[in-house]
Amino acid sequence: MSEVKYSKEHEWIKLDGDVATIGITKHATEMLGDIVFAELPEKGSSVEKDGTAGVVESTKAASDVYTPVSGEVVDTNQAIVDDPSKINQDPEDSAWFFKLKIKDPSEMDTLMNKDDYDKFAKETSA
Amino acid sequence: METKKTSLYQLHQDCNAKFVEFAGYQMPIQYSEGIVEEHKFTRNHSGIFDVSHMGQLFIYGGEDLIKDLEKIFPLDLKNLKLNHSKYSFLMDKDAGIHDDLIITKTNEGFLIILNAACKDNDFKILKELLEEKYKMVLDENRSLIAIQGPKSSEILNDVVNGVKDLNFMSGNWFTFENQKVYITRSGYTGEDGFEISIANDFVNQLTRELINKGSKLIGLGARDTLRLEAGLCLYGHDLDKDKTPVEANLKWAISKERISKGDFIGSDIIIKQLNDGVSKIRVGIKPEGRIIAREKTKIFNQSDVHIGEITSGTFGPSVNGPVAMGYVENEFSKKNTKVFLEVRGKKHPASICSLPFYKKSYVKGVN
Repeated sequence: MSEVKYSKEHEWIKLDGDVATIGITKHATEMLGDIVFAELPEKGSSVEKDGTAGVVESTKAASDVYTPVSGEVVDTNQAIVDDPSKINQDPEDSAWFFKLKIKDPSEMDTLMNKDDYDKFAKETSA
Repeated sequence: METKKTSLYQLHQDCNAKFVEFAGYQMPIQYSEGIVEEHKFTRNHSGIFDVSHMGQLFIYGGEDLIKDLEKIFPLDLKNLKLNHSKYSFLMDKDAGIHDDLIITKTNEGFLIILNAACKDNDFKILKELLEEKYKMVLDENRSLIAIQGPKSSEILNDVVNGVKDLNFMSGNWFTFENQKVYITRSGYTGEDGFEISIANDFVNQLTRELINKGSKLIGLGARDTLRLEAGLCLYGHDLDKDKTPVEANLKWAISKERISKGDFIGSDIIIKQLNDGVSKIRVGIKPEGRIIAREKTKIFNQSDVHIGEITSGTFGPSVNGPVAMGYVENEFSKKNTKVFLEVRGKKHPASICSLPFYKKSYVKGVN
């Protein structure tokens, strides 16, 4: 399994073979506050890099979730739709959002590693 | 214009508040536990809200002032008992709402609590209407805090003896550290609670003592979810100059005695609407499932005709689901009417429901 990568829109992505698991970062959940609603892309649909692939809502506002790479949605995490508070509890593991069969592995190279993302998150929230 | 800070700003910071600018003030939107936990803590225990940004307008006067204020507010102020409060509105001649407010009769005149964003304009309007006949003070030297929730009476009574004997929508002067504090049994959460007007120099000490007794600071985020579950209006969203109290379904707040006379600002329109009905009216709206319909969401009927708009919508932590209110054409305002809400381009089913979403638990018969 490859290392976890991060996008500027605060998604994380973990690649296993040609299937990527995607979710939102702990930093994103801290910015959003209590998440009370989640909407995921449909299984079988295609998503394009940096396009919207879902929505999360806190008590305060709605925010789009973007996909950091292109591909076909092969699985979605119904557990976070049924209980969105799981996203605040365990955002970077069990509360993943969707899995993609990725189209172009080179898109992974455009993303940040953990150190760069942590720096980015710190700078943008300051 | 530089944003203002309330006297509790440092305490909010010490409690890890996240701040937002609201009506020109730096106000805490939430603390470290977050809106959902803060909301539930208020419902189950006791929460303290810094609402010092709100206007505290003292108007001094006697019988003449009562007569003059009755020309402005649709209230029977003459028969209002000393230290009793009423919910009311400042209206224009078309009965459009400039602000909603709480007015209390005191031994020196009246205390009016005004919305932060409206207070300066309200002051100007009232000063003109009262022709500068009375001393009016929009007091910046006093803070206002609310303590709300089932444990609040016990907690506040430990710090300010005697408050537990107040009835809902009544108040009195009490003492705290030899300071005169004016406390009313009221609030904006649907819970039993109090609002405390206290000198800025003493608000920190009072708040810290309430925290030591087990209450917690709660941000404006939870204040909004609490009031929406309680079916209470937020000015600038559910109420504004394009809506009348009758359209806002607040006719219960208009004195019947005063309607029969009809001599207050906006009374012509109010009487007309009470007799002829209104074309749009405020209702509660319960979306099916978990979809949240926020302010400005369009409402459609079953024939896909646009019939109204959401004015407040969020997730209600105690209801454990989405809640909303808005205005619909009168013929679609009946309870259980099926409607559709357009969220992100898709229409989602919902139904018209009665308010509140969460049953109020005000304390009425103490005495």
